[in-house]
Formats: sequence, C-alpha cells, structure tokens
Amino acid sequence: MTPARKKRLLLIALMLAGVAVGVGFALKALNQNIMFFFSPSDIVAGKAPANKDFRVGGVVVEGTVKRPGDGLTVQFDLTDNAQTVTVKYTGILPDLFREGQGIIANGQLDGNGDFVANEVLAKHDENYMPPEVMEAMKKSGKAMPSMNPSN
Amino acid sequence: MWKWFHQWGSPPHFYRRAGKWLPWLGGLFAVFFISGLVDGLVFAPADYQQGESYRIIYVHVPAAWMSMFIYMVMAVCGIIVLVWRMKMAEIVLISSAPIGASFTFLALVTGSLWGKPMWGTYWVWDARLTSELILLFLYLGVIGLYGAIDEKRMAGRAVAILAIVGAVNIPIIHFSVEWWNSLHQGPTVTKFDKPSIHWSMLLPLLLMAVAFQIYYVWALFLKVRAELLQRERNSRWVEELFRS
Repeated sequence: MTPARKKRLLLIALMLAGVAVGVGFALKALNQNIMFFFSPSDIVAGKAPANKDFRVGGVVVEGTVKRPGDGLTVQFDLTDNAQTVTVKYTGILPDLFREGQGIIANGQLDGNGDFVANEVLAKHDENYMPPEVMEAMKKSGKAMPSMNPSN
Repeated sequence: MWKWFHQWGSPPHFYRRAGKWLPWLGGLFAVFFISGLVDGLVFAPADYQQGESYRIIYVHVPAAWMSMFIYMVMAVCGIIVLVWRMKMAEIVLISSAPIGASFTFLALVTGSLWGKPMWGTYWVWDARLTSELILLFLYLGVIGLYGAIDEKRMAGRAVAILAIVGAVNIPIIHFSVEWWNSLHQGPTVTKFDKPSIHWSMLLPLLLMAVAFQIYYVWALFLKVRAELLQRERNSRWVEELFRS
C-alpha cells in the first residue's frame, strides 16, 4: 500500500471509530427512552414514572386471569419471576394472549398500585417448532425454557 | 486473487463477465426461490404458538438479513472507493442502494403485517423497528446524495462517506433486541447458540436466504451493467460493443 492510501485508510478508521463512540454515548444517554418497557420489579422499586403513560412487560401468571363485570374487562397478574403487578384492561386482547404468555401493557398506575392498561401487546419468543414437538417436550418434562421478558 | 480482483475492476471485463453470469444466476434464483417458497408455505409444519401466521418468516427474515448484508457490502465498497479510488467499487456501491432499500422496505412491511395478528399492533417505536427504519432512511439518503451531485466521481466519494458512517447502525440493529427491552423477540438463527427453530422449519428459511442472496447478485449485475454503459458511453469499448 502506498503511504497516501495508508493515510486515507487510517483516516477512515478514525472517522468510523469517532462516529461509533459518539453514537454509543448518545444511546447510553438515551437508554431510558429506548427501553420499550419496565418490569414489575422496576415498578415495585418505584423506577416507573408516575402520572404518565409507560409500558410494563412480563409473563401473565397462571390462574390469575379474571373477567369481573361486563366480560370485556380483564384483570390479571403480571410477573417477572421476582415481583408481581396487577393489570386491569378493558378491550380486545391479541390472539396470543394467554396464561403463561409474555405480554406488554401500556398505561398508568392507579392509586392502589394496580396498572390500568389502555393497550395490551403480546410478546412471543424466538422459538419455532411444530405442535407435536412441543407436546413431546412437555411429556418428557423438558418444557420450553420460559420466556424471559427482561432480555 | 489479486489478478481476479483487478480483472473485475475493469469495466469492459465486468460488463462481459456479468452478462454471461446473468442467465445462470436467474435460473439458480428461480430454483431456490420456488423450492424455498413451496417448502415453507406447504411442507413446513405450523408453529405451536403462532399457527400458520408464522410462515411470513420466510420472506421477512431473509429480507431483513439482506437489508443488513447489502449495507455492509456498500460500506466495504465505500472504504475501497476512498482508499483505492476504484471506479467499479463506486458503481457497485450505488447500484446496491436501491436493491438494499427494497429489501429493507420489504422487511418493514412484512414485519408490520406479522405484528398485527401476533403482537396486536402494526408498529411500535421499539429499538429494533426504529433502527431498521433508520436503515431505510440511510439507503434513501445514499440514493438522494448520489443523484444530487452531477460530477459522478465526486458523487461516488460523497456516498462512500455516508455508507461508511451509516454502517454504525448495523450492529445496533442486530443487538437492539439484546441491549434494550423490546417488543421484537431475540435472534432465532443468527446467534452462537443452536438455532431455536425446528429443522423442518429452518430448511425453507435457509433456502429462501440463499435465493435472496442470488437475487441480489443478479439484480446487482443488471444494474451495474446499465450504470457502466451510461458512465462509459464515450469510451471506446462501449462504442465497439454497439458497432458490432
């Protein structure tokens, strides 16, 4: 390589490193805004904003889905395997919503520490397999690694 | 290796060779595309959780891979343009941009159509979706910047800088689902672990990925040949091409 080319290559490397470091710092500073949701532990620890919409993500606890009243209102517990928050929602749930499913709800905390959602989204995992394989895995007691909403 | 590199760096040689490859690439693409699509849509089993809807993966995921791969090709071309001032690299860079933009658009649209039934929304401002949208804007920026400068050697160098700087976004897209909480799930195949997809579903996915790669080379050769003729319209080899 000629010295001129070497110099240009070095300049490009420096430029790329500079931009990468700059973007890295910017993303670090914006970390809280890029986080799509808070976990139930964050809410219990008081990290979630008050009187402002935010999202909470977790797994619907088995056996806690209740439909009090008109049938369109749903109430369930959401957990990250450490803390649990009760979520109330009136509206249509996505197809994937079920007990044991990871979901993300958007809304606010009410006075009692319950989360009142105005939107519920289902989060699915990165595993794809035929239903028979899932059955076989269940039978052999080697259940799917449960979805980790905080990853 | 270097001889090969220099040969493909010469416009008349590239024009002739690419022309010979085109029908082969087209045929190979058809074979992989049709077998991947039929395997994915007919023979692959339904998913335990998402049922039949997951089949959009066979377009969405290869398109998303290509959107990142093509940008990396452009960034490498950008370095070659700036350091070695190679004309062919400029042409490959700018010819890749519309193809990459199309794949990005396809990934965004299919992802959105997939998101509605599964997540319950067409679009959210989560890190993965937003960074992929930024990638689309980068592609459009490259196309626009190249078009805005009349002197094409100059334009080639300008878009080279943009392509290199924009490459910072590529690892952000890939790791967005690990660095931040996002609605989009983590990687299924592109990780060091064993792919978390059943092999009968993985096979058509890989077939489609190969098909999309071949399509890229095919479309790239078509575009590069057209760009070469236009840029070199006053040169002797183009004149000879049309005299005979």
